[in-house]
Amino acid sequence: MNFRGIQAIFKFEMARMWRTLGQSIASPVLSTSLYFIVFGSAIGSRMKEVDGIEYGSFIVPGLIMLSVLTQSLSNAAFGIYFPKFSGTIYEVLSAPLSYIEVVIGYVGAAATKAMILGTLIFITAHFFVDVEVQHPFWMIAFLALTSITFSLFGFLIGIWANSFEQLQLVPLLIVTPLTFLGGSFYSISMLPPLWQKISMLNPVVYLISGFRWSFYGKSDVSLGVSLLIIGIILVVSMAAVHWVFKTGYKIKS
Amino acid sequence: MITISNVNKIYDNKFQALKEVNFEIQKGEIFALLGPNGAGKTTLIKLICGLTNATSGAVTVDGLDIVKNFRQTRKLIGLVPQELTTSPFETVWNTVSFSRGLFGKAPNPGYIEKILKQLSLWDKKDNKLMTLSGGMKRRVMIAKALSHEPRVLFLDEPTAGVDVELRKDMWQQVRELKETGVTIILTTHYIEEAEEMADRVGVISSGKIILIEEKNKLMKKMSKKEIKLVLGKPLSAIPSSLSNYDLKLTDNSLIYSYGDANNTHGVSDFFEQLKKENIEYTDIKTHESSLEEIFVELVNK
Repeated sequence: MNFRGIQAIFKFEMARMWRTLGQSIASPVLSTSLYFIVFGSAIGSRMKEVDGIEYGSFIVPGLIMLSVLTQSLSNAAFGIYFPKFSGTIYEVLSAPLSYIEVVIGYVGAAATKAMILGTLIFITAHFFVDVEVQHPFWMIAFLALTSITFSLFGFLIGIWANSFEQLQLVPLLIVTPLTFLGGSFYSISMLPPLWQKISMLNPVVYLISGFRWSFYGKSDVSLGVSLLIIGIILVVSMAAVHWVFKTGYKIKS
Repeated sequence: MITISNVNKIYDNKFQALKEVNFEIQKGEIFALLGPNGAGKTTLIKLICGLTNATSGAVTVDGLDIVKNFRQTRKLIGLVPQELTTSPFETVWNTVSFSRGLFGKAPNPGYIEKILKQLSLWDKKDNKLMTLSGGMKRRVMIAKALSHEPRVLFLDEPTAGVDVELRKDMWQQVRELKETGVTIILTTHYIEEAEEMADRVGVISSGKIILIEEKNKLMKKMSKKEIKLVLGKPLSAIPSSLSNYDLKLTDNSLIYSYGDANNTHGVSDFFEQLKKENIEYTDIKTHESSLEEIFVELVNK
């Protein structure tokens, strides 16, 4: 194992985060704070409890997930797309690194950044609403699994994308709507029966539900199903990454 | 040091970039790979460095297969690619240190300092790459390639777009590297670069290696020397006593072509014959074919 090689990629990517602190940390923390002010304090105070939880507190896990999902995706996608775009990827491909080591470096850094961001939003939430964590182990496990899974997915998007527009396409047009409709701001049980069934096709529902359960012990679906779904996305993403490196898709001619 | 055996490369669009390539690069030599645009030079370098896969055939570096033993072989190789590809927001120091880390080497600030000083980059070490000139970026790429102390260095068009002074500096650095035992493979459009530095020359055309030869032998074997005499009085025909020489008569001059650079005997005989025939001349011009002319001739064959 080339640990120094992994460390080099990891450090390079983390340095990018510190260089762009405003974009990678301050901006998502600020926009999430605005959600807390608008939905938590202003509108939330006039809303009924959801599943016996104050509305402002209810949306905390969903908002953390919203940021973690989008940041894992965009960070990992940009992390591999930019060297591909600028040509500096030659160095990574000619280094004595196996593809698993390359993936650990890039995906590990993107997932770490997403987890740092999730933690910051978690801390921020305490300034606006009451937050309770009933299952801290599962909260961390969900945060880590989601960050890793979606960073892997983002890595694939970065390899697939041929332009900066394509790089934004999946996160903006697919993942953000799925997250908004995945129960970030409401419980699936509040929807009409047909929409409840349709929502079950949205994988993000399972992530948010499981994550929310770790906070308040209440969920739309069981913990086992949530874990199963996230496990499936993880395995599919890993298989896709394996295929990419085996065939050299868009990285090796 | 490097053995290339029966290597073929066919791209997805069916273009065959390399055709049954076979040759060896010896330890410690400077090998110049020459060829016109699209001949397959860069494909061959990319293949040895792991940036593209061979369709068939095998390559070994220091006796190790580049696919099965990629960790060991890649550690031995440094690559300076043709394009100026740098991370614009990184500093010189960080980008060179990053390269060393990628290749699994423990940090060694003293070594990085040494190569930055050798390449006249030390005063730029904290500058972001986007603030550097093209020539400086090229040096940074060389520093990156040397950061992990490779035993083989590939220089793909290393002096493209570099001014004459800097080019000469780089040649000097390459020679110094050779002295430390590094094997150097360079591709270049500037044939004078190969002429100046290479121990051996390989010529590739349309994916095929058409010649591998020691540079000096090649120059000797293929170079043509000419002596042009501006005649004092015009000649109507070449005298029969000079029929053994390769001569061409023009309006006011006589051109004598001879191949072997060491064939000085033939030259003195020729001048003796001229004296005997009372052929007068007012000026002498000599010309020796360059590696470039030899190369053009080879490729056009």
